[in-house]
Amino acid sequence: MNRINQKLQKNDKLLSIYFTAGYPNLNDTSSIIKNLESSGVDMIEIGLPFSDPLADGPTIQQSSSQALKNGMTTEILFSQLKNIRKNVNIPLLIMGYFNPIMQYGVEDFCIKCAEVGIDGLIIPDLPVDVYHKKYQEIFKKYSLVNVFLITPQTSEERIRFIDSISQGFIYMVSSASTTGAQNSFGESQKNYFEKIAKMNLRSPQIIGFGISNKETFKLATQYAKGAIIGSAFVKFLNKNSVGNIKNFINSIC
Amino acid sequence: MKNSYQADKNGYYGEFGGAFVPEMLYPNIEKLKQEYIKIMQEVSFQKEFQQLLKDYVGRPSPLYYAKRLSEKYKTKIYLKREDLNHTGAHKINNTIGQILIAKRLGKKRIIAETGAGQHGVATATVCALTGIECIVYMGEIDIARQAPNVARMKMLGATVIPATSGSKTLKDATNEAIRDWINKPEDTFYIIGSVVGPHPYPDMVARFQSVISEEMKRQLKEKVGTENPNYIIACVGGGSNAAGAFFHYLENEKVKLIAVEAAGKGINSGESAATSLLGKEGVIHGSRTLLMQTNDGQITEPYSISAGLDYPGVGPQHAHLFKSGRAKFLNATDEEAMQAGLELCKLEGIIPAIESAHALAALDKIEFKKDDIVVVNLSGRGDKDLDTYISYFNY
Repeated sequence: MNRINQKLQKNDKLLSIYFTAGYPNLNDTSSIIKNLESSGVDMIEIGLPFSDPLADGPTIQQSSSQALKNGMTTEILFSQLKNIRKNVNIPLLIMGYFNPIMQYGVEDFCIKCAEVGIDGLIIPDLPVDVYHKKYQEIFKKYSLVNVFLITPQTSEERIRFIDSISQGFIYMVSSASTTGAQNSFGESQKNYFEKIAKMNLRSPQIIGFGISNKETFKLATQYAKGAIIGSAFVKFLNKNSVGNIKNFINSIC
Repeated sequence: MKNSYQADKNGYYGEFGGAFVPEMLYPNIEKLKQEYIKIMQEVSFQKEFQQLLKDYVGRPSPLYYAKRLSEKYKTKIYLKREDLNHTGAHKINNTIGQILIAKRLGKKRIIAETGAGQHGVATATVCALTGIECIVYMGEIDIARQAPNVARMKMLGATVIPATSGSKTLKDATNEAIRDWINKPEDTFYIIGSVVGPHPYPDMVARFQSVISEEMKRQLKEKVGTENPNYIIACVGGGSNAAGAFFHYLENEKVKLIAVEAAGKGINSGESAATSLLGKEGVIHGSRTLLMQTNDGQITEPYSISAGLDYPGVGPQHAHLFKSGRAKFLNATDEEAMQAGLELCKLEGIIPAIESAHALAALDKIEFKKDDIVVVNLSGRGDKDLDTYISYFNY
């Protein structure tokens, strides 16, 4: 069974952390991953930097362009991950935009992911229907879980469809926003979380966008299986050394 | 197969097009996809649209026989005078159409991207006309080099927000506009300025610009007795003026379609915007098309002396016209375009936009017959480019 599904079967609430590969320094990737695991993080999203990250706010945009300036490429990322499974056991996903993956070749990309021990992919600008018609078979062939996003504007019918083709979890975007745009949740978000919780979907949900501290993590995980922190962690790395990651994680849960 | 060069129901032109948008934008795109043709076909919409094109934009734009230019190139050259439109270019045809759609969808806030500022001005204009709030995203670098257009937008009541991310030019302004839309999907309508972006934008914008070739047919029939020219020449950045000039001739293979891209300082100089030659298939701003990028799939910054042509992608329909061979893609360097622009000034008393001057530069690259009928789409006027002309020719 895929590491993501194993993790999802556990009773605990899950903390997933996003970071941009190649930031703050080109070769921080494996030490960030190891420090996150030893700090008790349940799952990691490794950001493959892109020149034009449409769904991201300023923090992740900046980390992406810095990573590219540092020389990060798809090939370098795979070489940094080559031996990662010797030490790391938690699920690892790659989050990236479609164009770099398309240039690498979708199937070649999947082969490499399987080789280094990546469990899943999150590609925000690969539409559900294109994945479903064109790439689903390839992802399955290499046992890769593709994670879809839903938002407060996603219709119930579409959520049901996404649920039916999801193999891991559903990435629940907390509000209509880019990443890092807000710090707290209001009534409309709580209503949305409740509505989704009541739908009894077969796929567990993990909430992302707007989770930045203990309070928002706690609130999100009252409704969902877990929560994802991205921008707040990237900001932390901007000011703190990789060795201090434990302090950040301890401040959340 | 009929209509093989137009978008299919999912917005594909051959293998190009589609809607590669994050889920946050799916409801907006889907709603627009279901509604746009229906709305455009409403009698009340057509009435309002046609009326505004006539009384506000000043259409039909003349089809002018350029006698001295024809003598020089030993053929018959007609200029489709989009430069005479209100706001100085073809861009207004599209913004009038989209603002009327936005109104019918009940949207209260308009966003747009702009490079040189022409689309920004055309959007600010229609927002003033209809009393709707207007926010224009413009790269910080473009703001610095296009001061008169920034001032125009502000005078028209628009808020101009600098895009400070990435390379701080058109592609980043587009990214910022898309991000704005992600953050305010419910009340906001995004008026895209070219035949780019996710479906249905490329098709919708092409339909609004198709008035250019619709008039061309009628005007040619009246002037020369046939609807069909031998050649239609248009410049291509994103490609909206070319899409409009080609639209009603796509299925008539006897009419040769010539798209002219900006070669900048030369195709192999590293400073160029000739996407069809330098680009590879990929996804940019929600569309699968040809785009300039690194081997690793990072989008690169193009260069052209003309701010309206330095877009790293090209509309998906143009990618298809290029790949299928239906349109012939030529290119013109900065120098060729500037000289062609100046030539039009001297021979015809018309100062063209530098974008349009690229189309004129193609006249020297084709062997015409004496009786050929050649239409050049003169997409815009050169007032906005005076600073560039002045410094280039030391006037």
